[in-house]
Amino acid sequence: MILLAALARLGAWTLGLLAGIGRFAAFTLGALSHGLRPPFHGREMALALLQIGWLSLPVVGLTALFTGGALALQIYAGGNRFGAEAVVPQIVAIGMVRELGPVLVGLMIAARVTSSIAAELATMKVTEQIDALVTLSTDPTKYLVLPRLLAGTVSVPVLVGIGDIIGILGGWAVATQTLGFVSTPYLRNTINFLEPLDIVSSLTKGAVFGFLAALMGCWFGLNSGRGAMGVGRATKGAVVAAAVAILAANLALTKVFFAA
Amino acid sequence: MIELRQLAKSFGPNRVLAGIDLDVPRGESLVIIGGSGTGKSVLLKCILGLVQPDSGIIRLDGQDVTRLPRDAFLGRFGMLFQGGALFDSLPVWQNVAFRHLKDGMPRAEAKARAIETLARVGLPARTADLYPAELSGGMQKRAALARAIAAQPEVIFFDEPTAGLDPIMAGVINQLIREAVTQLGATAVTITHDMTTVRTVADRVALLHDGLLRWVGPASELDRSGDPYVDQFIHGRPDGPIAPLR
Repeated sequence: MILLAALARLGAWTLGLLAGIGRFAAFTLGALSHGLRPPFHGREMALALLQIGWLSLPVVGLTALFTGGALALQIYAGGNRFGAEAVVPQIVAIGMVRELGPVLVGLMIAARVTSSIAAELATMKVTEQIDALVTLSTDPTKYLVLPRLLAGTVSVPVLVGIGDIIGILGGWAVATQTLGFVSTPYLRNTINFLEPLDIVSSLTKGAVFGFLAALMGCWFGLNSGRGAMGVGRATKGAVVAAAVAILAANLALTKVFFAA
Repeated sequence: MIELRQLAKSFGPNRVLAGIDLDVPRGESLVIIGGSGTGKSVLLKCILGLVQPDSGIIRLDGQDVTRLPRDAFLGRFGMLFQGGALFDSLPVWQNVAFRHLKDGMPRAEAKARAIETLARVGLPARTADLYPAELSGGMQKRAALARAIAAQPEVIFFDEPTAGLDPIMAGVINQLIREAVTQLGATAVTITHDMTTVRTVADRVALLHDGLLRWVGPASELDRSGDPYVDQFIHGRPDGPIAPLR
């Protein structure tokens, strides 16, 4: 009897999980399919680009700048143990472009944008604004979700590219100001060392991370519970899910691009 | 105009609507009364398709609403939500002109029409460029009412239109609803437990309790209905067939 009850609970949990995965997949595909069907909400798209892309620039820039500088110090100190201090420009470049740039930008976007999207949409749901949209013959997925997904996918790679450059410049500033490197050779070594695949992988990761960050914000926001607690839970869930999804996607993409 | 037949809806074990039969003729102002949590809002949301009923039929002008094109169907309705549900991110005039803008009306013309509609509900033109958060509760309700009537819908739903308002502002909103319905010639369904609203806007009244309509009749008959549910409700008595939640 106890075994049957446990099996029933496991079955119910599994069914619930599969149903949840199905709903999430249907939501994602449904949102993307709106991208092929008019009408398109250009104003919402422009606002989403502004919110996700332009207004994230300061936090992305500062994160990349400090990380690039710290990376240069770490590589110099670590390389010093076996006489390899000279590789600072190359390792800063490869570290920022391949890994730290996209991941840190992705995580900052998860913190800044995913939370904002989830809280905004959850509040709209709680205050019946989503229902109001429907009564005004407007599909919330097309009006609210698609612009955010497109803006995330388009603007985050740009942020990653800018973050990569600022991170490298952060490393350059620290290396030339405090570690005794000469500016021109440092920059030449950086540029010569990077390959097109490094940049392609960085920007691709940015696009995938931006999509995931926006998707999690929209999914959790539109599926929030009631009241302030519902909004809080949706926001927390969205940020955690986005961060985990970004880190998992990073591993998968790194394997795709760089596995021997 | 609106026909409901055996409309039922449950949320888990909680049976909210247990087979509602109701007809709302064109041009009538029907008020549905009932205690909190009796499914009044769910009833309206089922008609609009915001909540999927478990069973039953909803017809608009004799046609099953599930077979009507969704946009065209919703285009015939306006709704005033309990909390207003104005879009925070848009200024008031864009809220009011939302449907016009969606349908491609030039922005200048849509704004002019929005200002006209705001004036009809007693809001000055200067409120058009404000955001909903910059308005008082009563002004938000008026702006939401303006949005509900802006496209001159055939049917308007009012969900607890006076909830949270002081008695004077509630009276103003009731009057505006009555005027809007009379001037537009619209069919109106209002849900409320405010008896002042009932007496101001209703042509006919329906009492919803325990998932069923216990009494439906003209507003003029409300005080002499002889129905124990209605008597208890309109007099606010704690004792009677409606068990209060304590």
